[in-house]
Amino acid sequence: MSAPAEPTVLQVTDLSISFTTQGGRAAPREVVHHVGFTLERGRVLALVGESGSGKSVTAMATLRLLPNTAQIEGSVRLGSEELLSAPAERLRRVRGGLIGTVFQEPMGALNPVFTIGDQIAESLLAHHRGLDRPAARRRVHELLDLVAVTDPARVARSFPHELSGGQLQRAMIAMAISNNPQALIADEPTTALDVTVQAEILALLRDLKDRLGMAVLLITHDMGVVADIADDVAVMRDGQIVERADVLSVFKAPQHDYTKALLAAVPRLPSLRIAEPAPAHVRHPARQGVAAAVEDATIIYRGRGRHQVRAAESVTLHIAPGEVVGLVGESGSGKSTVGRALAGLVQLASGRAVLAGVDLSEASRRTLREVRAKLGIVFQDPASSLNPRHTIERSIGEPLDLHQQLSAAQRHARVLELLDAVQLDRALAGRLPHELSGGQRQRVAIARAISTNPDLLIADEPTSALDVSVQARILALFGRLQADFGFACLFISHDLAVVGEVTSRVAVMYRGSVVEEGPTDQTLTAPTHPYTRRLLAAAPVPDPVEQRRRREAWLALQQADAAAA
Amino acid sequence: MRVARFLGGRLIGMIIVLLIITFITYAIFYVLPSNPAQLSCGRPCTPDRLAQAKTFMGYDHPWWQQFLQYTRGIFFGRTFGAGPAAIDCSAPCFGYSFRLSTPVTQLILDRIPVTFSIAIGAAILWLVLGVSTGVISALRRGTAIDRLLMSISMAGVSAPAYLVGLLGILLFGFTLNMVPIGGYVPLTESPVDWLWHLILPWCVLAFINAAIYTRLTRGQMLEVMTEDYIRTARAKGLSETRTIGRHALRNVLIPVATVFGLDLGGLLGGAVITEKVFSMQGLGALLLDAVGNLDLPVIVGVTLFSAFVIILANFVVDVSYGVLDPRARTGTR
Repeated sequence: MSAPAEPTVLQVTDLSISFTTQGGRAAPREVVHHVGFTLERGRVLALVGESGSGKSVTAMATLRLLPNTAQIEGSVRLGSEELLSAPAERLRRVRGGLIGTVFQEPMGALNPVFTIGDQIAESLLAHHRGLDRPAARRRVHELLDLVAVTDPARVARSFPHELSGGQLQRAMIAMAISNNPQALIADEPTTALDVTVQAEILALLRDLKDRLGMAVLLITHDMGVVADIADDVAVMRDGQIVERADVLSVFKAPQHDYTKALLAAVPRLPSLRIAEPAPAHVRHPARQGVAAAVEDATIIYRGRGRHQVRAAESVTLHIAPGEVVGLVGESGSGKSTVGRALAGLVQLASGRAVLAGVDLSEASRRTLREVRAKLGIVFQDPASSLNPRHTIERSIGEPLDLHQQLSAAQRHARVLELLDAVQLDRALAGRLPHELSGGQRQRVAIARAISTNPDLLIADEPTSALDVSVQARILALFGRLQADFGFACLFISHDLAVVGEVTSRVAVMYRGSVVEEGPTDQTLTAPTHPYTRRLLAAAPVPDPVEQRRRREAWLALQQADAAAA
Repeated sequence: MRVARFLGGRLIGMIIVLLIITFITYAIFYVLPSNPAQLSCGRPCTPDRLAQAKTFMGYDHPWWQQFLQYTRGIFFGRTFGAGPAAIDCSAPCFGYSFRLSTPVTQLILDRIPVTFSIAIGAAILWLVLGVSTGVISALRRGTAIDRLLMSISMAGVSAPAYLVGLLGILLFGFTLNMVPIGGYVPLTESPVDWLWHLILPWCVLAFINAAIYTRLTRGQMLEVMTEDYIRTARAKGLSETRTIGRHALRNVLIPVATVFGLDLGGLLGGAVITEKVFSMQGLGALLLDAVGNLDLPVIVGVTLFSAFVIILANFVVDVSYGVLDPRARTGTR
């Protein structure tokens, strides 16, 4: 590659984007206002913001990848060339040729009916007409090798559904860099991935950026990711860039109030001591009694024929009354399955699940129903866990109808009380879920879960679908409710920092087994199991200096593991 | 290996379903209070001759024995009556029409070319027509073209076959005198006349059926075009033609193939109304004729044959699913 002397690769100035709605009859709604930034060779610019800030729309507008209803004004210059007015054929050559793109959800971003190899080859052939098939295939294998997938030949032959999220995102990156682009646009490239995989993908992006001399535009909502990989930061809010600085200044001395609020809202992990030996366990005073427990539980999901998955293997977990226990692990570790077992929603292959003194697997339907009154569940995505056609009042009141005999007036009064408890306006009772924001919906889901005064609350990733500032408020609310109502809670999450904030004891699951369990502060600062250490080391913290230290520690761990293997 | 197991399992399933259908059809038509022996015993019908006819046709046994005989006949053939007057019905024997003095199998085989000519030609026409108009409609969503196509397809969905058929004959046959108004010429006799006679029925069937495909394709297309992988295809610099023709269409065709297989299967069993309207002697006409004359063996035979074709079509759809959609190949994952 010949390195151009000019460091500026892409210059965006005065970019405004508006969307027309209802077939053009309504006035266009402007969602991005006069945004400008510059991408430079070998540097990563992070465009940070919460949902609705316009960061993704801005990134897509640079390549005119927005639907026809979007109107883009301003200027996007690649070198000396204006992209916004470029003819379609020229734009086609820029897309995938000079600017590569990586998207959030690799499973959705790759076509399910073509092999990975075909899709990467297609990208090559779109820009090199003369390339023959065997040469394209060789290049595909080279690219897959470059992004360090295991067994490039097999990955090239595979269809998307046959690969893991991490492998797919590597393949996606291979596709994006297949024509040696000058710039790479990565739209939330690690958001759908587990934290250990995220660390690997970020390391890969950093490495490729240096090797290929690319400019990178990274869209993210995660301050940890920003701290890990960004050189420069632009903070977006409501379609405007409110702060722009290099990464160290943003974290050390944020200027804008919004940036400060955003940073303050990020839950932080206690400082990690990876290298030090674990101190002898200090026993916390054990709480009396058991609100809920799984004992030696093994859960097997059966597929077609003899295909089966052992989702949980001899899992034992006790939750004392009023205790908040965290259950952490990556996707597929079996943490949600354990939650389901406690709710009596899955059959155990062996072992038992006990709720309020009742063995769920032996209970009759009727007892099960009675016991479930002592249980509340909050799910990850409030948009899909609330019936879209039921009013808020009906959703919250439903458990009351099932488990308590209340008159209509009593029920109504109770629903209003619950709305107060989760700090929602009483006027929302008659609304439908789509009229509420994500945070409000999750409050409704919490109100529903605590409506029968449960002994146990199962919260399965309750804040994962929410913005970080909303998450902070929901977690605060959760803490207050827990103190007021005194329910025990199983808090399932992949986010170690969140678990660190709300739980007193934590269990770590890995491939269906609990590998480590102990008091939260101790487990998260001085983990004993290698997997917990890897998990903790991979979680990025919102502090560039600290994150650099952690990243090196993580790399050392990776190498140690590789050497041991 | 996995493929062989899948096909084997499917094949066994098909045979079981066919046996059940045979049983139900047989039961419905033969247990009903109608008497085929009475119909064919002639006049004057003495009790003696009636009993004779019954024995000859095999109706003197309890119904379940009759069913077993019938089923055995399908696999091994059977003989009606005995002695010099015996009628031999070789396997696969789907019964014997005493009214037409012909084995049902032969009757069906004679009509297959007609029905298959109509069905296959029409199906190809409507598939091409339906999918292309659906794609155009989706890509030009909200424009005059979209609205026009949707209006026409609405008319196609709601119009009954006999009406469209008769209007077609009136316009193109009588008024414009462009095509013959009915009848069928075998392909082997004169390919040009064969085509000429089939054009109108094809167009009529295609018009009615394409409407459904236009709507299905349009809906699927609109959905697929919002998928992330379409954006990926554009982002890697593919032309719009290639993005739509390769990435979108392949995914759109998966549900379309399902419906198409079933529709074609249904039509291969006989396009009753169309055949009647165009005076073509296909399976549909045979069935209609048999119903009119209470020719039970023919009714049962044609019904079974239709069921067989539909099940076969189902099987082909299942196999094509595996070809079109790699996710269906590996089963659950």
